[in-house]
Amino acid sequence: MLVLLGIGVVVFGFIVRANPLLVVMAAALTTGLAAAWTPAADITTMTNAARDTLATFGKAFNDSRYISLTWVLLVAIGLLERAGLQERARITIANVKAATVGRLLWVYLLIRQGTSALGLTSLGGHPQMVRPLVAPMAEGAAEAKFGALPDRERYLIRSHAAATDNIGLFFGEDIFIAIASILLIKGFLEGYDIIVEPFELSVWAIPTAIAALAIHSLRLWLLDRHLTRTLSKAPTAEAAQ
Amino acid sequence: MITLAYAYIVVGFFFASISILSLIDRANPRRARTALFWALLATSFWAGQFLGDLGNGLLALALVALAAIGLGQGKPPTTTPEQRRESAERRGNLLFLPALIIPAVALGGTLAVQYTDWGPVIIQEQHKTLVSLVIGVLIAVTVLMIWLRPPVLAPLQEGRRLMDSVGWAALLPQMLASLGAVFLAAGVGDQVGRIFAEYIPMLDTKTVAVAAYCIGMALFTIIMGNAFAAFPVMTAAVGLPFVIIACGGDPARVCAIGMLAGFCGTLMTPMAANFNVVPANLLELPDRKAALNGVIRAQIPTALPLLIANIVLMRLLAFP
Repeated sequence: MLVLLGIGVVVFGFIVRANPLLVVMAAALTTGLAAAWTPAADITTMTNAARDTLATFGKAFNDSRYISLTWVLLVAIGLLERAGLQERARITIANVKAATVGRLLWVYLLIRQGTSALGLTSLGGHPQMVRPLVAPMAEGAAEAKFGALPDRERYLIRSHAAATDNIGLFFGEDIFIAIASILLIKGFLEGYDIIVEPFELSVWAIPTAIAALAIHSLRLWLLDRHLTRTLSKAPTAEAAQ
Repeated sequence: MITLAYAYIVVGFFFASISILSLIDRANPRRARTALFWALLATSFWAGQFLGDLGNGLLALALVALAAIGLGQGKPPTTTPEQRRESAERRGNLLFLPALIIPAVALGGTLAVQYTDWGPVIIQEQHKTLVSLVIGVLIAVTVLMIWLRPPVLAPLQEGRRLMDSVGWAALLPQMLASLGAVFLAAGVGDQVGRIFAEYIPMLDTKTVAVAAYCIGMALFTIIMGNAFAAFPVMTAAVGLPFVIIACGGDPARVCAIGMLAGFCGTLMTPMAANFNVVPANLLELPDRKAALNGVIRAQIPTALPLLIANIVLMRLLAFP
């Protein structure tokens, strides 16, 4: 049971917001030491255990270098950004003539999921896209239809803009063969002598991607219904107050 | 034949250039530290196989130490927002096209090795996708250099600009995979698996095993804040012994869908700060400090049905 201390270290580290790399290393050493600990253990045994743990970690670190290999993609993406790729994505989204909040976010969901599946995960994101573009456009669509928004609905629309970005990213990116999670799975299975190709893994991310698209499309349709129901009556309710 | 070893040399060159360019960038307040960090990573890619296990462990420890005391961000030369807007207007949607080269080459190379006689002669069969990916990057960069005619150093400087903004987080997935290996050696998965086996009846039947694995992935991700951290533990505890070995599930399908079940957990936890807390701050939501802020509440009604969908999909697809 003592070896479960490592998991506790991870949870504690995330709660106190320590540097995650430090948390991972601390959890590894804790686990290795906990596994070696017996009431009879002396300093030498524990030093050896720490050294062995570091060696196990180092071997795995070296064997899984290919997970970090994918960062070389940034050379090409950086060049495209230099030539205005993000600005182009913004222009494309801004040209979307969707009349409602739900439809606008739905088009963004399609774009976000589709581009993530092609490995272009940096095209979206909260600082780059949601705050400057998607959330204001969604609020704008609602204002054009219903007039000034009550705070509750304004924050609801903003929350949905952020949620749509996350959902499009999470359930699109695994279709791309060189995303970290796919390579992590490959590396994990290799530790058990099971060899799988990134391609095999990414293909099986497609059914969930379709389910995510279907479920979230329904959610956005319901959001439109909710806004119409709440806000169409709002002006009269306010006038009555 | 092009092997993974060549790909590592290319990637090592990328990290080494980031290191050198960081070192001479006076705008980076911590340029020595930043340069050392990327130099160590370049060393790992170029010479990791000669360092020995303990040597690699010490290298990882040094990377962690540098990350913990903090890296800096440089100011690589790049285009202005006005220049970018002008270029985006002028070049139009054609800009999206070069981005397709990388996945196209990665996929094409993989299929060529699998289905042709000449494919395995050119590309190392064992690592076909990764090698093809790096070839795809080199082709895309060549095309972009000819089309856009940027300064010669631009690809490396632009790469550094993005790498600096990712920072030490770039190594988190690789470090978590290594933590998974330590957990494996210490038998953490076995322990968690024993707890599961003790409290969950009929864990050796397909439906129960699949449900326990998917729900376990989501719950563990909620606790750890990261599906990458939950995956090695839950898969070693339940996915591998029960879903794959006892019930005969296909490893690739079980793990691919299991990871996505974990992502459903990411949507529901304030521990995933990047995705759920940062946007609440950016969008100035009034409840941004609450455990279940507006973003998380907007995500839960999608995450729960999707978790059920993952259980159903794994049950239907993973036992061919």
